[in-house]
Amino acid sequence: MAYEPVLTKFVKEPNCYTLDFYKAKDLGYEALRKAVTTMQPNDVIEMVKASGLRGRGGAGFPTGLKWQFVLKDTPKPKYICCNADESEPGTFKDHLLMERNPHLLIEGCAIGCYAIGAKVAYIYIRGEFYHVQKVLEQQIEEAYRAGFLGKNIFGSGFDCDVFVHRGAGAYEAGEETALIESLEGKRAQPRIKPPFPAVSGLYNCPSAVNNVETLANVPLIISKGVEWFTSLGPEKNNGPKLYCVSGHVKNPGVFEATMDVSLKELILGDQYAGGMKDGRTLKAVIPGGSSTPVLLPDQIDIPASFDAVAKAGSMLGSAAIMAVDDTTCMVWLAKNLLAFYRHESCGKCTPCREGADWLLKLLTRIEAGEGQMKDIDLLLDVSKNIGGKTLCPFGDAEIAPVLSTIKHFRHEYEAHVREGCCTIPAPWRGTRAPALAGHH
Amino acid sequence: MSFHARMDYSPAKFHKSERRLADVGEPFRFSPEHQATFDRLVTHYPAERRKSAILYALYLVQEQQGYVSRAAMRFVAEQIGCTPAEVEDVVTYYVMFFQKPVGTYALAVCRTLSCALAGAERVTEALSDHLGVPVGGTDASGTFTLLEFECLGACDRAPVVMVNNDHWHEHLTPDGVPKFIEDLRVKGLAALTGCHHKVE
Ligand SMILES: Cc1cc2nc3c(=O)[nH]c(=O)nc-3n(C[C@H](O)[C@H](O)[C@H](O)COP(=O)(O)O)c2cc1C
Ligand code: SF4
Ligand code: FES
Repeated sequence: MAYEPVLTKFVKEPNCYTLDFYKAKDLGYEALRKAVTTMQPNDVIEMVKASGLRGRGGAGFPTGLKWQFVLKDTPKPKYICCNADESEPGTFKDHLLMERNPHLLIEGCAIGCYAIGAKVAYIYIRGEFYHVQKVLEQQIEEAYRAGFLGKNIFGSGFDCDVFVHRGAGAYEAGEETALIESLEGKRAQPRIKPPFPAVSGLYNCPSAVNNVETLANVPLIISKGVEWFTSLGPEKNNGPKLYCVSGHVKNPGVFEATMDVSLKELILGDQYAGGMKDGRTLKAVIPGGSSTPVLLPDQIDIPASFDAVAKAGSMLGSAAIMAVDDTTCMVWLAKNLLAFYRHESCGKCTPCREGADWLLKLLTRIEAGEGQMKDIDLLLDVSKNIGGKTLCPFGDAEIAPVLSTIKHFRHEYEAHVREGCCTIPAPWRGTRAPALAGHH
Repeated sequence: MSFHARMDYSPAKFHKSERRLADVGEPFRFSPEHQATFDRLVTHYPAERRKSAILYALYLVQEQQGYVSRAAMRFVAEQIGCTPAEVEDVVTYYVMFFQKPVGTYALAVCRTLSCALAGAERVTEALSDHLGVPVGGTDASGTFTLLEFECLGACDRAPVVMVNNDHWHEHLTPDGVPKFIEDLRVKGLAALTGCHHKVE
C-alpha cells in the first residue's frame, strides 16, 4: 500500500502555490469554512486532541493540549506564533511547505487562531528565507482578497490577521520564548519558564507557538477527520510526516511518509534518499537534526517515529536525517557542530556560553592532533557540567554530538591523540586550520 | 572587587573599552519609500508595541545604506521610540546586520554539517584564494565580501551560498568558483541559481 502524500502531493506541479490551484485541487479553505461555520473553538481543540497530533518542531508535544492550556478567561488578546525559524542544522522541510504549499499553512494559522480565540497570527520566518517570505506574503494577500483572512470570515463574525515577521539570523530564535522575545524586537534570548507562553507569551498575552508543519496538519485533520489521521502511522505517532534527508546520500531531499517508515529505508531506500553516494558505506546517522545523538548503522532499522527513535537513545527532533559515509572523521564532525553551537549560543547562561567555547577548543585541539588522552575525559566532564544546567534545551543540544561521538567512536579520538593527526582526512574537507574564534 | 594574583589588572588592559563600535557615519533618514514601507509594517503590531518592527527598520536601513551605522541606529531608535542602546543591542545580536560597509556582494557560504560534507570548506578556501581575502574580508575592488554562515535551511542542495541576505546559489564546487565570481561580476544577481525548489 503506497502512501499518498497530502502535505507535499502537488509540490512538483506548476503554480501549486497559488490560491487558484489550492482551491481547485487541494483543501481550498474548506476546512476553515467548516471550522468557523459549524464548530465551536473548543470542538476544534477537541478534534486536534483526539487526532493525537504532535508538534513537528522538535519536542513532539501534543498540539491539542498546548492549545487547551492557552488561557481563556482573560480580556487580553491571544496570539498564534508560527515557528518558521527552521534553523536546526539539517532541516529544510518548512522551507518546502511554505514555498510550495503556503495556503495550507495560512489556513492552519487561521484555524489555530479560531481554536484558541486569537485574532492575529505571526509567522516568524528566519531572515535567510526572504525568497520564501515573498511567496508567502503574496499568497497571504490573495487569501485576504478572497475573504479567507480579514474581517468576518465566511460571515461567521470571526476576524483573523496573518502577518509575516522576518528574523535576522539567529538559531536560538527557534526556541519558543526566544522567538517571542525576538518578535517583541529584542535579542532572541529565552525567558525563564514558567510562566509558559500559554499563560504569558507574546506581549505577555496567552500565546501558542506552533511549528509550520504542525499547523499545516490542522486543516487536514479538520477536513479528513480524526480517523483518517490516526489510521496513518504507529500509535501515538500518527499522521503524515516530512523527513529531510541530507549528507552523503545520492538523492537528498524532503520525503513525506508516515512514521512507520524506517530510518534505514529513508536513507537507503530507492524511493527516498537512494543510499550512499559513490558506492560508499554508511558510517553514522544523525536522526533529528544536529542536536540529536548520533546513531550507528545497526541502530537504524527502526520506525522513524518520535517514540522509536527515543527508545534507540536519540530523538526524532525536526526529522532532519543527516547520513555520513566512511570518509567522515567523527571528531571533525563533532567539531563542525560545536562551531555551530558556539556561534549560536545566545549567551544568557554561563554553562552553555562558556561550555560551547571550551568544547570547541578541546575538539579543535584533538582534531589537529595536539590533544592529550585526558582531553577526551575533559570533554565528558565539561559536557556533564552543561547538560541539564541551562535555561533552555540548547545546553543539552550542544553536548549531544560530543557525548554520542565519544560513546560510539572513542577510538577515533584516541587515534588522533596517538598519531598526532587526523587519520581520516577526507578529500572534501578543507586543508587549512580554521580560525578558532569566528565572528560571534 | 576581588583580585586574582595571576590576572593582569593594569589600566592598559582594562580601563579601555574593548568594544568595537559601529561607524557613526553620515546623518541618516529613510528615503520616502522606505519611510512609507516602515509606516505600513509598524501597523502589523499593536500600537504600543512599535519595537516589534525594529528588525524591519534595520533591514530597510541596510537596504538603503548597505550596512547599519551608529547614526542609523539613532534614527531607528527615534522611529521606534526606544534608546539607541536598545537598537545597538539588537544589531549586534543578529548576524544578518552588517556593522561596517561590505562589498557589493556579501557572499555567505554555509559551513554547517551537510554543506561541509559536500565540500563547503573547500569552496570557502577557493573563494578566499580567488578573491585574495580571508573570511570576513572584502576584496580590493570592494565588490565581494566573504562570510561564513550557519545552516541556511537548504541542506539538500549543498553547498549553498546566500548573497546579500536575499539571493541564493546552490551546488557550489571549488572548481566552479572562478566562473561563479566572473558571472556575478558580469551578470550581477541574475547569475545566481536561486534556491527555489526547481520543480516546475
Ligand atoms: C535551541 C532551540 C531551537 C529550536 N528551533 C526551532 C525551529 O527552528 N523551528 C521550530 O519549529 N521549533 C524549534 N524549536 C522548538 C520550539 O521551541 C518549540 O518547541 C516548537 O516551535 C513548538 O512547536 P510544535 O509544538 O509545533 O513543535 C527549537 C527549540 C530549541 C530549544
Ligand atoms: S542554554 Fe544557551 S541558548 Fe539557551 S538560554 Fe542558555 S545560553 Fe542561551
Ligand atoms: S548545512 Fe548548509 S544549508 Fe544546511
